[in-house]
Amino acid sequence: MAEVLVLIEHSEGTVKKVALELLAMAAGIGEPSAVFVGPGADAALATLGDHGAKTVYVADGQAFLDHVVVPTVDVLVKLVSEKSPAAVLIPSSADGKEVAGRLAVAIDSGVITDAVAVSADVIATQNVFGGATIVHSKVSKGTPVITVRTNSIAPVQTGGSATRVDVAAEVSAAASATKVVNRVSVQKSGRPDLSEAAIVVSGGRGVGGDEGFTNVIEPLADSLGAAVGASRAATDAGWYPHQFQVGQTGKTVSPQLYVASGISGAIQHRAGMQTSKTVVVVNKDADAPIFDLADFGVVGDLHSVVPDLTARVNARK
Amino acid sequence: MKICVCVKQVPDSWAEKKLTASDSTLDRAAADRVVNELDEYAVEEALRIVEASEGEVTILSMGPDEAADSVRKAISMGAHAGIHISDPALHGSDALATSLVLAKALEGRGFDLIIFGSESTDARMSVVPAMVSARLGLPQMTFANKVEISGSTLTIHRVTDYGYDEVQSSLPAVVSVVEKTNEPRYPSFKNIMAAKKAPMETLSLADIGLDAASVGLANAWSEVKDFAERPAKAKGTVITDEGNGAEKIEEFLVTQKFI
Repeated sequence: MAEVLVLIEHSEGTVKKVALELLAMAAGIGEPSAVFVGPGADAALATLGDHGAKTVYVADGQAFLDHVVVPTVDVLVKLVSEKSPAAVLIPSSADGKEVAGRLAVAIDSGVITDAVAVSADVIATQNVFGGATIVHSKVSKGTPVITVRTNSIAPVQTGGSATRVDVAAEVSAAASATKVVNRVSVQKSGRPDLSEAAIVVSGGRGVGGDEGFTNVIEPLADSLGAAVGASRAATDAGWYPHQFQVGQTGKTVSPQLYVASGISGAIQHRAGMQTSKTVVVVNKDADAPIFDLADFGVVGDLHSVVPDLTARVNARK
Repeated sequence: MKICVCVKQVPDSWAEKKLTASDSTLDRAAADRVVNELDEYAVEEALRIVEASEGEVTILSMGPDEAADSVRKAISMGAHAGIHISDPALHGSDALATSLVLAKALEGRGFDLIIFGSESTDARMSVVPAMVSARLGLPQMTFANKVEISGSTLTIHRVTDYGYDEVQSSLPAVVSVVEKTNEPRYPSFKNIMAAKKAPMETLSLADIGLDAASVGLANAWSEVKDFAERPAKAKGTVITDEGNGAEKIEEFLVTQKFI
């Protein structure tokens, strides 16, 4: 069975959920092989093996800290030429898409981004135009390079173990052309990452201001262990930071549960969330288009309904 | 400083978008055509850089004849010249072909900076800036929300999950900027008039040294097998709050096992 290379997204060895999802997806195509670049492979090896990776290719070195994107591409180019995999699966993050784009150029192969499923014969399913259209596509030249969205498939624990294979990483001229001189962390909220979260609680124009996010939206999110999102109306008004915007020009999310409060549901917003599995809506306006997506909706004032709901969720703990 | 900003004409981001049934390409007639919103940040960034020192900004776009309007529109923000690559053979080109065409058109023109918006609002792949960087062998300085030039050193803040990376390279380089990097200006009347007279090169594939067999739908590196519109979601339960709204949501969340 041909190998399927899976680029592992991690934070110093702590494997992100999407990496385990991609291993499960790879198992449907061929034999999953993890590609782990940067520090921390020892900590990740058991988890990767337990989720289906037969082999873990490890490339570590200062290059992965000093430079962005290109060192990872260099490792994948080398592995693709040595292993002739059936496909390369990469998380649909900003970095992941750029890795995929450069890899496709380097190996002269087609690239498909934002797949939500990949079949055994490597046909990818994409939800395009914000989920309004479902497309099946196939790479027709070279080794398929496919980026896959988070929450597309459930990780599978196989109880297996992986063999570690070290790969020498050379720093190419293209890699050293850019240099990371400083990494700056902004303060973490302690909430799950918006694009990975199983539950997202979002607020829009109806929230009324930044204090509405602090006093109404965030407490509900925290009661549910959810990430906080915001509509463009709310981020444009400066009520909530722009990086939490869900929509056409912001993040695309596909959580198990999406709670939309005070969001009317313009195309701009629906494009970022309409593939959510379950949608709950609270809005004063019974005619708001967001109700078309609701599995359960309440026509009412979010400033009374949402705090009441928060108290009820907290009371169940 | 010679800067080129690559822009894409896309369907209005507030409109419904569709694929064409016959060949699964974007239905460009189904919605108003506008300059990709994120590219406006790229144009603004370029204008600020030349205004702070000196130089010229050229707008480059690949697209059908109508895309010339978007090149003029982008020039009217204050840019100086335009290049429009238009050829019937380009129809249905994928990201690999697009990056090839843009790289060919950019080659040898001596731009110090090539700036993109970080993604288009239609295809949303976010891969073309990285691909052009790879094809031209220039530093990839992408997903920037801050761009600074000091002498021949370029510094950007590359947006990341945890905050940002401060990244440096030499010039020339390929940059992409994210939404909200700056506040794009509205075209002034004076600049709208100037844009009508700005020099515009309209180039075919042959003009940039490519042949039709390397681009277009038939030669794409990937193909659409089929597509369908998402079926409308089954109507859910909607109630009017009579003091029991939260209780009803709670019940729903319990039946769905969320709490």
